[in-house]
Amino acid sequence: MSVSQLPLERLDKVENYGHSRHTVAYVYRPNQVAQIEEVFALARRAGLSVALRGAGRSYGDAATNSGQVVLDLQRMNRILNWNPATGVIKVEPGVTIAQIWQHVLEDGYWPPVTSGTMFPTIGGALAHNIHGKNNTKAGTLGEHVLEFTALLPNGEQVTCTPTENSELFYALISTAGLLGVFTSVTLKLKKLHTGLVDVHAWAMTHLGEMMRDLDERKHEFDYIVGWVDTLDHNGRGQIHGANYVHDAPNAAETLRLDKQVLPDTFFGLVPKSTLWMFMTPFMNNVGTRLINTAKYVFSATLEQRKIYRQSLVEFNYLLDYVPNWEKSYGRSGLIQYQTFIPLATATDAYLEMLRLAQRRGMPPFLGVTKRHRPDRFLFTHAVDGYSFAMDFKVTNAARLQKLCEEMSDIALEAGGRFYFAKDSTLTPGRARRYLGEETLAKFQALKAQCDPENLLQSDLYRRLLV
Amino acid sequence: MNLPPTALIIGASSGIGAALAREFARNGLRLALVARRKDLLEKLAQELSAVETRCYAHDVAEYDEAPVLWQQILQDFGRVDIVVYNAGVLLPVGPEEYDFGADKRMVEINLLGAMAWLNPVALTFGRTGRGHIVGISSVAGDRGRVGAPGYNTTKAALSTFLEALRNRLTKKGVHVLTVKPGFVQTDMLKNAPKTFWVISPEQAAQDIVKAIHRRAQVAYTPERWGLLMNVIRHIPSFLFRRLKI
Repeated sequence: MSVSQLPLERLDKVENYGHSRHTVAYVYRPNQVAQIEEVFALARRAGLSVALRGAGRSYGDAATNSGQVVLDLQRMNRILNWNPATGVIKVEPGVTIAQIWQHVLEDGYWPPVTSGTMFPTIGGALAHNIHGKNNTKAGTLGEHVLEFTALLPNGEQVTCTPTENSELFYALISTAGLLGVFTSVTLKLKKLHTGLVDVHAWAMTHLGEMMRDLDERKHEFDYIVGWVDTLDHNGRGQIHGANYVHDAPNAAETLRLDKQVLPDTFFGLVPKSTLWMFMTPFMNNVGTRLINTAKYVFSATLEQRKIYRQSLVEFNYLLDYVPNWEKSYGRSGLIQYQTFIPLATATDAYLEMLRLAQRRGMPPFLGVTKRHRPDRFLFTHAVDGYSFAMDFKVTNAARLQKLCEEMSDIALEAGGRFYFAKDSTLTPGRARRYLGEETLAKFQALKAQCDPENLLQSDLYRRLLV
Repeated sequence: MNLPPTALIIGASSGIGAALAREFARNGLRLALVARRKDLLEKLAQELSAVETRCYAHDVAEYDEAPVLWQQILQDFGRVDIVVYNAGVLLPVGPEEYDFGADKRMVEINLLGAMAWLNPVALTFGRTGRGHIVGISSVAGDRGRVGAPGYNTTKAALSTFLEALRNRLTKKGVHVLTVKPGFVQTDMLKNAPKTFWVISPEQAAQDIVKAIHRRAQVAYTPERWGLLMNVIRHIPSFLFRRLKI
């Protein structure tokens, strides 16, 4: 019998963001770099692998490590340095996007790239090189990193910038925490004059029209995103384009934290902490069709061509309006399926995927499309084209897996790419087609150099990359 | 997507344990099979090769091994959803016989082995907020009978232990099921003097799976034993000792 030396009390539940993956792992929460090294040593002695985890906002299995060790970095959450004159901030990897904007907003700064929820950690966000609704303008988060330090499993501590140790710089960012642990990150933030955006909303009857507008009007807006009615045959929906407000009579006041809040209740009655329970009855084909239709009719009539002003928080953090919204999908949870397809082939491919899901009786309940630009990070998901993210309720896992595989084949045929922060359904062969032999060989060479004992692993790593 | 669910059966090499393994395999569960007799386990694993199955040779009286092996199984499968403690022995004693050695052995296997296994399982399931714990007790634990004092005691204690686990863990989302089989056509039945309502291990296994699905607290198999034992439990002691039960 191989005997683990790790204490039973360390075994804890480790789930993904969509609650569609339930695992048990030995969880360690270090507070400083020396403790990370201790956990590496413990894992080596027990013959176990280590996965890195931030706030657990990955939808798939990138931050789970079934039966093995999980290094939860949320306690390494100190802001190490902030310079309001230059907009440069240095943080530990467990600092969240929320911590950053709350720390800097009154000085007139904002994260240059942010996800749809403010709770991911910077370490996790860089491990997947996240993008936001401003991808065509601002690129990915990694493009705003001036420097990071990292601890490699081979014992080295390295400092990387785009020009110093640049191969590691472009690899550690994007490779899902499989090469090393960020120990500090220095970022250049976005200068702002107010805490507001002007949002332009317009509805469109066809996914193709939405994609055309996302492309043609991308230069008009700082942020642009399309919300798709995924139960409609043509994928109708609404586009939101938003621009920073540069001048407002009460500019300084709009930068205060008390002006950047999400509502505590809905309709003045329902506490938002309980709202997910009211959403549960609608998480089916009929309920979602009802809600999507109402939303579309509203956007195509009362809201059509409207311009309204929102705080940055209200515009950016839709997912945080309803805490625990993902629980409304039930005990089996949800998966998010997101692909990135080049300009020329995207519209046809996405319509084909959407209609396939509808024909299979498993339409996604939420669809979001964005315009993207390429970047040079090793496991880049980006293309000069579009992304389409679809939220699927997990009812029949085997059928959903088959559907996703069919959609992945459509995406690959169209020259598409994938995103490990979201993925839970790719297969090794499809991952190989997405990444390409050259990228994989480069990754394997870096893995052998940084982590010769193959200590850093995750369920995703063993599913796709071994 | 999620890992397929996994069942761990302690005492899986024959009888109800083996039948349960077959029933779980039919439902697509991955299987961790634990028993002393590895040759029997491996034969069973070969039969169930359609699902992922791993065998672990272990004597439940080696108490210190239980938490270590539990962790090994978690490492091997990544998740375990159902744990069945099925290990048990019935050592016959004559009506005038008082055999401490036999009683001790039954306590070691039927009760202490269950505690050694189910304590770490309960700790893990309690922390993760999910899972099913199934203990195979017996109708024999419902009353102290003249024929098998030691065996009756171990099964009564096991039922009480499982009830206490249930009272601790239900609020955390963990389901604890006490199974009370009557007479089941297993090796153990060879030592039972008078038998009736005998069922096959397969029927017992089907009843247990149904009870897990409906999250029952206590399940008699076959069900009619529940009615009978309800009557027997309520017979006053002064009458019960005069009956030849």
